[in-house]
Amino acid sequence: MAKKQSNEFDFVSGWTYEPAPESSDHIQLKKQYDLFINGSFSRPAAGSYFDSVNPATDEVLSSIAQANSTDVDSAVTSARRAFKKWSTLPGKERAKYLFRLARMIQERAREFAVIETLDGGKPIRESRDIDIPLAAQHFFYYAGWTDKLSEAFPKGAEPLGVVGQIIPWNFPLLMASWKLAPALAAGNTVVLKPAETTSLTALKLAELIQECGFPEGVVNIVTGDGSTGAAIVDHPDINKIAFTGSTEVGKLIQRSTAGTAKKLTLELGGKAAHIICRDAAIDQAVEGIVNGIFFNQGHVCCAGSRLFVQESVAEEVIQKLKLRMDTLIVGDPMDKNTDVGAINSQAQLKTIRHFLDLGKKEGALIYQPERALPKKGNWCAPTLFLETSQSHRIVQEEIFGPVLTVQTFRSVDEVITKANNTPYGLSAGVWTQKGAKIFELTQKLKAGVVWANTYNQFDAASPFGGYKESGFGREGGLHGLKEYLK
Amino acid sequence: MVDLTTLEGKDTPGKVKQLCYKAQHLHEHYQNLPTVAAVCVYPTHVKTAVEALKGSGINVAAVATYFPSGQSSVDVKIADTKFAVDEGATEIDMVISRGKFLSGEYQYVHDEIATIKEACGKAHLKVILEVGELDTYDDVRKASDIAISAGADFIKTSTGKIPKAATLPVTLVMLYAIRDHYLKTGVKIGMKPAGGISNSKLALHYLVMVQEILGSDWMSPDLFRFGASSLANDVLMQLVKQDTGVYQSMNYFSLD
Repeated sequence: MAKKQSNEFDFVSGWTYEPAPESSDHIQLKKQYDLFINGSFSRPAAGSYFDSVNPATDEVLSSIAQANSTDVDSAVTSARRAFKKWSTLPGKERAKYLFRLARMIQERAREFAVIETLDGGKPIRESRDIDIPLAAQHFFYYAGWTDKLSEAFPKGAEPLGVVGQIIPWNFPLLMASWKLAPALAAGNTVVLKPAETTSLTALKLAELIQECGFPEGVVNIVTGDGSTGAAIVDHPDINKIAFTGSTEVGKLIQRSTAGTAKKLTLELGGKAAHIICRDAAIDQAVEGIVNGIFFNQGHVCCAGSRLFVQESVAEEVIQKLKLRMDTLIVGDPMDKNTDVGAINSQAQLKTIRHFLDLGKKEGALIYQPERALPKKGNWCAPTLFLETSQSHRIVQEEIFGPVLTVQTFRSVDEVITKANNTPYGLSAGVWTQKGAKIFELTQKLKAGVVWANTYNQFDAASPFGGYKESGFGREGGLHGLKEYLK
Repeated sequence: MVDLTTLEGKDTPGKVKQLCYKAQHLHEHYQNLPTVAAVCVYPTHVKTAVEALKGSGINVAAVATYFPSGQSSVDVKIADTKFAVDEGATEIDMVISRGKFLSGEYQYVHDEIATIKEACGKAHLKVILEVGELDTYDDVRKASDIAISAGADFIKTSTGKIPKAATLPVTLVMLYAIRDHYLKTGVKIGMKPAGGISNSKLALHYLVMVQEILGSDWMSPDLFRFGASSLANDVLMQLVKQDTGVYQSMNYFSLD
């Protein structure tokens, strides 16, 4: 960044960080991964495989089995066979398996973090400090409920049966644990499909499940593309589908499960309003905005992607936000200094670029820090779109990348109306130092999660889920457990 | 960027001279070392220090304004400051009146700093907030803003005389105040965290924060100082280690 005005800060010419890459020497990855069915790894029926690629380097990490409907059928059959024994096992016995798995994730946390970062492109700091510890926490948390189901649900706590779970690519292991932990704690057996681009940590988890000595067939992990997911959704012997992913696919799933006895929970897209009131602690709010939209490259369904700033402080907030963005380090996800990693896939990068072009065409003012991006791999600079309105498509549609739209507002009533003026309703954020204002906004915002003076805070004990087209059903907490019980 | 300090009731000319020698000869076996930025003493020892540091380019800072409590009249504080400046101090480290601040008399605090600034003449004024006696980060921010608007050249966290001294969060709040002032006016105010920063690793955390909030213009003794005498030896130890690959015992680093 060249110095443009006298009162600019020089973040470039002085001290810089030496690279501090995490080592990947200690991880064990097989060249090829098969399907985890009935407690062991088996070749896919059709014998086909696809590559899993490191999005930061385009390097092929491993080859992953493509499951078809025959494979899904054997996974469901094995889960059905395992259900009787697993569901009648005393809760305290099921708990032992879950506690053991949680501890083993902690013991292998470093390996999981490195693989998560290599496979998905997220900064190692995030996989190390957030994804993996939270994944372990979910198993610990639900292990604790396993022998207390009848106290928690005195009217009855019967498991549903075989559950089909389809998870997204943005938090691969964490989403697997959000899905598996409550389902298993409740006594269900599972067929889980990780996302096509990020199957590796789920497969490593399968190895741990094997090591833990889980009874055969309790957890089955089938990899593949959308057709594998469709085979799970359409399988007649599945009692519940739990899906996290795009609203588009969620609608398809709801259509195909309509008229069947399958229970369904959907955790879909979002376009969260992130609201900065004039009485907010501005410096902290700026950190919150950055965390809200640039965490995990913006590949977050609850990302604070629609920023609303009260007009009287807008100039200051935007100025400070730009300054903060100038110091963000975009690059090698394995480097411990990296703030923003690689875009998960070429397909997603294409989508983001489409929205960047669209925003420019719509006349929004774009701001990106002037820092060079790595040449190889999938990258997108942190981006602001200023001077936007609710009528801009970049404000209406989920981008799922490090792209923030900024609107100003005049009054609290106005911002509530605009924040709710979206088909989504997953999350929202509010920054104000007035307690009363927090209560007013949190009551009136139609979102499953509303954060006040913080953003992207997750805890296994706290339910998470959406309103409207962001889905239904909750994950986390007792609410999340209830979804897996009759 | 380090200031060496001796601020004890038992300070003598002998002690001050030794410290001044150390300031100019940090480690004789290590060539081309920069010197410290300043030596900080009580006003009564300014003359000794000025003589001992003659020609070295090292500044002599004096704590003034009824340091460390600040519990005296403005007139006494002016006299204290003028005495130190007349003796040859080029930097004055004053304390704010925390009692007045906590009882809400912000205007008093402001005017007092402005008065001392005037008494300083050409000497640089560092304003010590003594953050350990303030209540909240909001207070730290308010005191920083008051000090800056009243004419401080530097804002400084602590006297070093109470256990609660500089921390990273407190320093961050003060750096934000400096940043915002610069954004509004283009005027650069310096920062001096003091107390408790005794090793190089922690000092690096501070430097990272300064670089990331204010950029490289502030990475110089003109705008950033550590008030931490024991830091100097730890930095020397790390420098020697970088050269030789081994840590020497602290016995190889002089204590003055």
